[in-house]
Amino acid sequence: MMKPLYSGDTVDWTPLAGSELSTASQWLRISAMAMTHHAGIGHTGGDLSAADILATLYLGGVLQVRPDDPAWPERDRFIMSKGHCSGVFYSTLAARGFFPASTLKTYMDPMSVLNGHPDRNKAVGVEANTGPLGHGLPIAVGAALACRMSNMSWRVYVLTGDGELQEGSNWEAAMTAQHYGLDNIVVIVDRNRIQQGDFTESTIRMDPMVDKWRAFGFHTLEIDGHNHDALLAAFADAGSTKGKPTCIVANTVKGKGVSFAENNPAWHHGVPTREQLHAAAAELGVEVPWLV
Amino acid sequence: MVGVTRAADSDSEPCIAGPPKAKLFDCRDAFSKTLEEMAASNPKICAVVNDSVSSTKLKNFRTRFPERFVNVGIAEQNMVGVACGLANGGMQPYVAGASCFLTARAMEQIKVDLGYSNSNVKLCGMSPGMAYGELGPTHHSVEDVAWTRIIPNLAVVVPADPIETREALLYSERHPGPMFLRISRMPVREVHDENYRFELGKAVQLRVGDDVTLIANGVLVSRALEAAEQLATRGIEARVLNMSSVKPLDTEAILKAARETSRIVTVEEGFAAGGLGGAVAEVLALNHPVPMRILGLPDRFAPTGSAEFLLEHFGLTASGICLAAKELMRDNDRVGDR
Repeated sequence: MMKPLYSGDTVDWTPLAGSELSTASQWLRISAMAMTHHAGIGHTGGDLSAADILATLYLGGVLQVRPDDPAWPERDRFIMSKGHCSGVFYSTLAARGFFPASTLKTYMDPMSVLNGHPDRNKAVGVEANTGPLGHGLPIAVGAALACRMSNMSWRVYVLTGDGELQEGSNWEAAMTAQHYGLDNIVVIVDRNRIQQGDFTESTIRMDPMVDKWRAFGFHTLEIDGHNHDALLAAFADAGSTKGKPTCIVANTVKGKGVSFAENNPAWHHGVPTREQLHAAAAELGVEVPWLV
Repeated sequence: MVGVTRAADSDSEPCIAGPPKAKLFDCRDAFSKTLEEMAASNPKICAVVNDSVSSTKLKNFRTRFPERFVNVGIAEQNMVGVACGLANGGMQPYVAGASCFLTARAMEQIKVDLGYSNSNVKLCGMSPGMAYGELGPTHHSVEDVAWTRIIPNLAVVVPADPIETREALLYSERHPGPMFLRISRMPVREVHDENYRFELGKAVQLRVGDDVTLIANGVLVSRALEAAEQLATRGIEARVLNMSSVKPLDTEAILKAARETSRIVTVEEGFAAGGLGGAVAEVLALNHPVPMRILGLPDRFAPTGSAEFLLEHFGLTASGICLAAKELMRDNDRVGDR
């Protein structure tokens, strides 16, 4: 069973790997579901599809960040463009030590620092206020340009939804990223193929997804977004790519790991009952971390 | 009084606008020159444009600081988002583009990425109001003040002349939050002198008077001063306030004017609803109601014509201001207020 990941002491933190990283991902999933159950509102499907990507970035040692010095100027930037999946994002920040896991219990409560969509002025570790879609990639491009202007070497990672890419601002930003040859930027597309009301391909077709990014001048990779080793390899590949930005199309399953939520558009913002929460925990092989 | 420049005595009929005799300036020149100076001494200053290199007069900036000049192409949402990211990375970005596109096209980014995030980004809305007169309402930016002033954290500044444009820019470098600066291209004369220093949230009294107060900003400040001179020939002494800082608003100066002059006329190069006049009316209604006139565009799109023609068309002239002030005096007389 997974221990609470937060130790309060980030000095001796070491990246997780193998089964530890897998268990951590499952803990992020059940934590996000517990938060949504608590709040009575949330985005379960996308929380579950993004869990392995976030776990790999924050807990697998990809991101160079300092929870005890969150404004460290040389930190890597992670922009959670799919800000509606705040449950899994906050759980990840807590797991990495940006704030105590107990704060997660206040998700969307009156006056909580954990708004339904992330607020950088409230929750420690949040780089950008997101929620309306198509905001993250332009911000990431700006941060990547700032890195170059400052002669620094941080990297910028941005996680977008796939339906989110229907917003034109993403493609404006993609053109800028390629024009300036921003090889310090990595776009990760959580390709779960479902948006709020339906499958992406029944709403506005997004395939061929990889070709789109390639046509926009990106180095592209298509991987299984639930495979930690594949994710780590992709991030390493992006790190050694020069002269162009990288896009990782991470094929995922919306609602991953919880059978009744998997690949079901109704679970885009489905809220688990107490019984469903326990059933999910059993399937994920972790305990419900806390219950109201 | 700060930097008062009185209009030359006019020998024309009272309340008929005479041609301005002073030298006229395009505030964009002061903008680009000042921004270059700032960038020369502060390596964090950078510029972000949407293809608008010449219309923002930033060609020279691009030549001098190519590594700190970002042209995102014709993509305003991206432009504001990129500026937010630059600020996240420690830079101090100045976003410059035609105000009509910058504000309307990127409104959500302005709200979320700048206002809500409280990002250190300065928006420079170029050629606002009806500066692009003949090009039509698509290119008029007469909504921008109303749109921007309701966004928390976002300061809104409408400089009156090149001196205030420069001073407001210099001030903005020290202001840690987001700011919207409206940079005029319509030729205006100087209404401040070289000793003028901009202060956010402070109105500037350009003329004393106790009969009526004229509150203006932007290109209409000089016209308000001319109106005041014309009113003086009729024995009416108008106070003139340059309310360049629409947000934060100098409520103290507004209430003082209401108490001491009992009548207020606002005048702006934008819709009469929601802008400077609306802001002043909110303060008065809640604290010290007095008769007022709000001069601006009515609730319809402008017809075809030059900027000068359109200002005339909508009565945004010295004589139009004069007329409104006199009506206000008459109305007050009727109710026995005077």
